[in-house]
Amino acid sequence: MKSLQFENQATIAERYPELFRTDWRQRSKIIIGLGAAVALFAYGIYQLDIPLNRLSDGMLRLGSFLQLMVPPDPGSWSRALIYLHALGETLSIAFLGTLGGALLALPFSLLAARNVVANRIIHFLARRSLDTIRGVDTLIWALIWVGVVGLGPFAGILAVICSDFGSFGKLFSEAIEAADKKPVEGVQSAGGHHLHGVRFGLLPQVIPILLSQVLYYFESNTRSATIIGIVGAGGIGLQLAEQIRVLEWQRVSFLILLILITVSAIDWISGKLRFAIIGRRAIA
Amino acid sequence: MRTAVPEYPQARLQELAGHYANAVAAKRRRIWLGVALLVVATFAAAWMGEVSLAKFSENFWRFPAYFASMAPKFAFATAWADLAEWFWGLPRWLRLLGDTLLIAYVGTLTGGLTAFALCFLASANLVKSQAIVFVTRRFLEFCRTVPEIVFALVFVLAFGLGPLPGVLAIAIHTAGALGKQFAEVVENIDSKPIEGIAASGGSWVQIVRFGAVPQVLSNFASYALLRFEINVRGAAVMGFVGAGGIGQDLIEAVRKFYFTDVSAILLLIIATVMTIDFITERVRHRLIGLEGTHP
Repeated sequence: MKSLQFENQATIAERYPELFRTDWRQRSKIIIGLGAAVALFAYGIYQLDIPLNRLSDGMLRLGSFLQLMVPPDPGSWSRALIYLHALGETLSIAFLGTLGGALLALPFSLLAARNVVANRIIHFLARRSLDTIRGVDTLIWALIWVGVVGLGPFAGILAVICSDFGSFGKLFSEAIEAADKKPVEGVQSAGGHHLHGVRFGLLPQVIPILLSQVLYYFESNTRSATIIGIVGAGGIGLQLAEQIRVLEWQRVSFLILLILITVSAIDWISGKLRFAIIGRRAIA
Repeated sequence: MRTAVPEYPQARLQELAGHYANAVAAKRRRIWLGVALLVVATFAAAWMGEVSLAKFSENFWRFPAYFASMAPKFAFATAWADLAEWFWGLPRWLRLLGDTLLIAYVGTLTGGLTAFALCFLASANLVKSQAIVFVTRRFLEFCRTVPEIVFALVFVLAFGLGPLPGVLAIAIHTAGALGKQFAEVVENIDSKPIEGIAASGGSWVQIVRFGAVPQVLSNFASYALLRFEINVRGAAVMGFVGAGGIGQDLIEAVRKFYFTDVSAILLLIIATVMTIDFITERVRHRLIGLEGTHP
């Protein structure tokens, strides 16, 4: 890289020496930080026992998989119908999971919001239990629910409800805490009960924000519902995992294509809906 | 003293009240239509998703029972010995947890660097060629839309079992997700430094290095930390498909009904995830605080 040069560089440097001096304290901090990051990276490669020589072999094999993937082909019409049905299951899992999680999380998030329930202990307990629920991945919830209601999409729905309950509880309570408290005070000073304040002062402020968060999660749940089938909880992931295991690459690429199209369609629709609900406001 | 309140004639008042009633009714109709659509969609999805409330209520006792069976044998008198028995595999699990964190770290760093290299090409304010921007964006979109565990499934076949497919899967997904967020940050930067360097004859690389990078670095670091947090969760389940980390032991314990092992491993994962969340949140708040004071 050619550095910027001026004809009278020497004079400029002479006149403003403090601008051209190297700040070694600043620089050594950066060097130490970068060195630590690189050292940890190298340690990771060593500790994980990553065989770098297998990388090129693997890439070749991956290339041959990719070649086998084109053109995407479900095999037969009846199989394509099975895949579409699985896709429908995936969408149902995402939809009902998001809806159920949101409905359950709404009352709970009021408990976890400091400006609604002033009790410190309740607030703390509600927050920590939400954190615990969020710490468990959707796939793990799916494993648990498969053990309860058996294989199939119903277990997937319950799993998404559980993991969304944790996320929504946190997001909702944060949105509620960020709300303006003047309308609530107004309702109360006009003689309203505490709950009236929540209903008429608080909820109208936060409902659009909550709805847009729900829509955003519906998008992201469509993605996670595509893989939940890997542990047997229904949807297109089951088919995908199966076809990958039996090396039917054309079907695999067909399924991936199906997922890509669905996800972008859902993104598009929910983007429009979100725009209609709150305009171009960023979600917190 | 009396003040005259202006009063509309009755006919005008009625007209206004009528307009108001109409407006409210229209809003109500829209809401009810939305609710009706939601109900229809719910029933359709419930039918498709094989929701069965009978099965649910019949088997729900298994859910608390599952957690009850996960609880270890614990008596106060022999607390220490019980704890030791519950966490009998602690050294091995801690090593696997360490592996999980390293998978997340190596994957995030590799993916983050790729995203860093690509995000400037995906920013319409730095690249004039629409074709380059379009192709880069579609590539990033592909990387983040395919779930990482699907990548992991394919990579396990290509590279063999072990952490390598997990790292690669996380790296690719991270490149896609961070690439998009980075590009959005770059598109929102102040254009004056860029114009300044372009005007004094800087090349494209110099424009990026001295005009764009100093403005975006703290934001990039904050997004990368958030992604690391997400990737720790992702890496914890990579073992489900044989791509390394603690997930392997977890799914084995679940499949073989080693209930107390399940709870022990789950608790370790939750504790790790919470710790990482806590640390990254602290660091991110400091980074966001830096914004603005940064040159």
